[in-house]
Amino acid sequence: MGGIGKYIVQRVLLTIPMLFILLTAVFLMLRLMPGDPVLAMLGGRNVSPQLIEERRKEWGLDKPLHIQYWNYLKQVARLDFGRSSRTGKPVIQELFTRLPATLELAIWGIFFAALFGITTGIWAAVRADKTADHVIRVFHIGSFAIPIFWLGLMLQMIFAVQLDWLPVAKRVTGIYAYTFHPITRFYLLDAIILRDGKLLLDVLKHLILPAVTLGIALTGFLGRMTRAAMLEVLDADYVTTARSKGLKERVVILKHALRNALIPIVTVMGLQFAILMGGAVLTETVFSWPGMAGFLVRSLDARDWNAIQGTIVFIGIFIATINLIVDIFYSIIDPRVRY
Amino acid sequence: MQVSRIIFAPIFKVLRPVRRQRLLQVGLAIVIAHILMAIICGPTGNKEDPYGLTRLIPPYNPEKTYREIPRLAPPSAQHWMGTDHLQRDVFSRVISGGWAPIVVAFSSIAISLTIGSIIGWISGFAGGLLDRVLSLTMDAIYSFPSMILAIALVAVMQPGLVPMIMAIAVVYIPTYFRVTRAEVLQIREQTFVEAARSVGAPWWRILLRHIAPNTVNAIMAVSSFNIADAILTEAAMSFLGYGLPPPAPDWGFDIQNGQRFLQSGYWWLITFPGLMILSLSLGFGLIGEGISDLVNPKRRRKKGG
Amino acid sequence: MALLEVRELTVLYPVAVGLSAFFSHRFLVAVDRVSFSLPERGTLALVGESGCGKSSTGLAVLGLLEHVRGEVLFRGKDVLKMKGRELREFRRRAQIVFQDPYESLNPKMKVKAIVGEPLAIHRYRAGPDRVGEALELAGLSPPEYFLEKYPHELSGGERQRVAIAAALILKPELLVLDEPVSNLDVSIKAGIMNLFRDLQDELGLSYLFITHDLADAFFLSDEVAVMYLGITVEKGKTEVVLSCPLHPYTEALLSVAPGSRKEKLILAGDVPDPLNPPPGCRFHPRCPRAQTECAAEPPPEIEVGPSHWTRCLLLAQGKRHDET
Repeated sequence: MGGIGKYIVQRVLLTIPMLFILLTAVFLMLRLMPGDPVLAMLGGRNVSPQLIEERRKEWGLDKPLHIQYWNYLKQVARLDFGRSSRTGKPVIQELFTRLPATLELAIWGIFFAALFGITTGIWAAVRADKTADHVIRVFHIGSFAIPIFWLGLMLQMIFAVQLDWLPVAKRVTGIYAYTFHPITRFYLLDAIILRDGKLLLDVLKHLILPAVTLGIALTGFLGRMTRAAMLEVLDADYVTTARSKGLKERVVILKHALRNALIPIVTVMGLQFAILMGGAVLTETVFSWPGMAGFLVRSLDARDWNAIQGTIVFIGIFIATINLIVDIFYSIIDPRVRY
Repeated sequence: MQVSRIIFAPIFKVLRPVRRQRLLQVGLAIVIAHILMAIICGPTGNKEDPYGLTRLIPPYNPEKTYREIPRLAPPSAQHWMGTDHLQRDVFSRVISGGWAPIVVAFSSIAISLTIGSIIGWISGFAGGLLDRVLSLTMDAIYSFPSMILAIALVAVMQPGLVPMIMAIAVVYIPTYFRVTRAEVLQIREQTFVEAARSVGAPWWRILLRHIAPNTVNAIMAVSSFNIADAILTEAAMSFLGYGLPPPAPDWGFDIQNGQRFLQSGYWWLITFPGLMILSLSLGFGLIGEGISDLVNPKRRRKKGG
Repeated sequence: MALLEVRELTVLYPVAVGLSAFFSHRFLVAVDRVSFSLPERGTLALVGESGCGKSSTGLAVLGLLEHVRGEVLFRGKDVLKMKGRELREFRRRAQIVFQDPYESLNPKMKVKAIVGEPLAIHRYRAGPDRVGEALELAGLSPPEYFLEKYPHELSGGERQRVAIAAALILKPELLVLDEPVSNLDVSIKAGIMNLFRDLQDELGLSYLFITHDLADAFFLSDEVAVMYLGITVEKGKTEVVLSCPLHPYTEALLSVAPGSRKEKLILAGDVPDPLNPPPGCRFHPRCPRAQTECAAEPPPEIEVGPSHWTRCLLLAQGKRHDET
């Protein structure tokens, strides 16, 4: 009936005003928060007025607001945010080279979150109201009460410094800096393409701690959702039927219950992408991970206005795109979403 | 499985309220302990004696370098949580560093709660074009990672307490807007609202007497979780160097300092401040969980077996 | 003059479907040109299955819905055109009692505040005595026992009596009773039904009584209008309509009512989607007597006896047949 096609068109049409509003909100917030951004960026007092004027001009903050806005929209439309004053390269180029690192970290973060969250969630649901359930529940609350940067540091301290099992930071060991020329910039993929077993192992070792750190931050959300969804499904009639047919409990849970509980779980995973990016800022900082979220932090430190504004806009567009893809994907697997 | 459920379900039914209260109790205990500690050990505002050293807690001035304190000494009877590279007592810094996260979290959430729920009430109640525009705006901001937005906002202001509060407040307004609006949409359809309309109650009376009071429960449950989140955001801000200016004791900033010595194995510098952040945030998380248990009693598993 | 005269009342609901809420609206015709009149001190029952538009009719009569066409004359004045002071006065004189007493009372207010609220809204100065009086009228005595309670501390029957007290406190002339007993236990229901009867005798109230239960309609009403998919299919004196129904739908409803000795007429299929009502007579897809012509044109309303109207092609034809 063309239902999906119509939905996709409408969803895309809805993304455009959302993105426009988000970009406008970001623009206004960065300028209208009390205090002068130029002054704040230059580190407060004892800055010569000439330098302030110079920077204001350089960053285009000397013009009236509406002209700034117009220039900003033009920048966004052309995906051209000027040059980074820290690295000297165009901001957009910096972002594109860093995007794969962030994506690789995010994907593995989701993987670990799903691994921890779904297993503990199922376990809690099966043992509902028993001790295991209570323990897991507190663990889930703890997982979003834990400061992610601290978790990363503690893992570093235990597994990298004390036990010396895994490297402390970065994506590969230093010696590869000269011999390894990334192709896709997804290092795992690159290592597979290059058929380099040693490199692959090295990349994997570097990936584990940051990915687990990021994953634990999301475990609580996923685990709670899984528990709730499983509880609901375990009560449904078809599960009772399956039980009454004498199927083994394990089969009942995995085959009949989990399959139906997965849709709401997957939905939550898509919606948590924003939180994941927030976590990525800190994870990338702690593990010196060369991704775009860490790039933002370094730009903030270096008072690199073009890079700051560009990165925020880029992340906004990135998230809007992810949400769009996720929504369309659900509308295909679960037709109810469309209504 | 089936038999045991028949036997145990009634027992758990009886124990349930007790256990529910327990989450709330533990959470409250943790939070109250933290607040008391912040009051007792936090800055007094007295220039001569900024940390109330006459009260013996904290044992040392957390901001001060003491010549007699060794550098980077591990925990000992004298210095329970060791000392840092500036010859300061970590225990004193840890117990006096709690007031900033508490003040920042409470004030920012108070601001976003007020603004967010008022806009949410109006938007949900008025409906129409206003509601669509507001929802779209709030959804757009909500979709953006709040942590990144807050950090960027605080960075374009001067670092410090008030900018942190403002940045966090702005970032959480959409959360309250969404919760409140969703509640209003649901309550608006209930018959007691229709009943009030049928008697001729003016719109503001319906909003203030009938709709707003019934959104309070949901707002309360969300705000405890939100305070937990705000504490983490505050800690992240100070970790990145946008918090209180040094040498004020600040857990996030102390962890950043400790990070430099991590590879040397000086574990105490980051472990203790981190545990404090974790426990404070966990306390609010537990309260939130307890409240939402009380407010929307979980659906009981309907079948006995 | 009738207290309430309803002419060609039509109620539309905008239907928003998914994302298209942002792009377009469709309308559902919940009530389609319904007319009836309610004499002073009289009771008219609106009868039908859920979703037939009877509750929408009740709300529309009180001017509580948007997208309403037609006329609702209360003492000769059109409610739908009332504004300001006039509307306030109407809001005082016409009240409603809802179906679900668990939803119709604000959970955050005490009984005192709930029952007293209409006084506050209409700026009556009279205080607690008046609330107590209303509670007593509704059969809640001693009133002091109930004043300080919250709705969740009361039983279903008590809640419904609180709702009735709140409706009575402004001394109204018209009460719309929207399925006021269908959520109550049988034992409590009888008490409330008797209360309505007594209140009518005592206070001279008029009722627009909305119900799906024919026995209740028989008990309380003088006149009845049977609704199906937004239209009235049959209306007239209660004894006449319920003792010798002429429309097949009324017959079917009566035959399945408990205690009926007639052969049960089980209707085939479900109530059709109101967004796409069937052409011709709306009842024809489920009608046991349907003819091919029934699908062609909606039947007109015809008078089949002294103040007894119905919409059925067969009766219209039958009548024509008799004449020739």
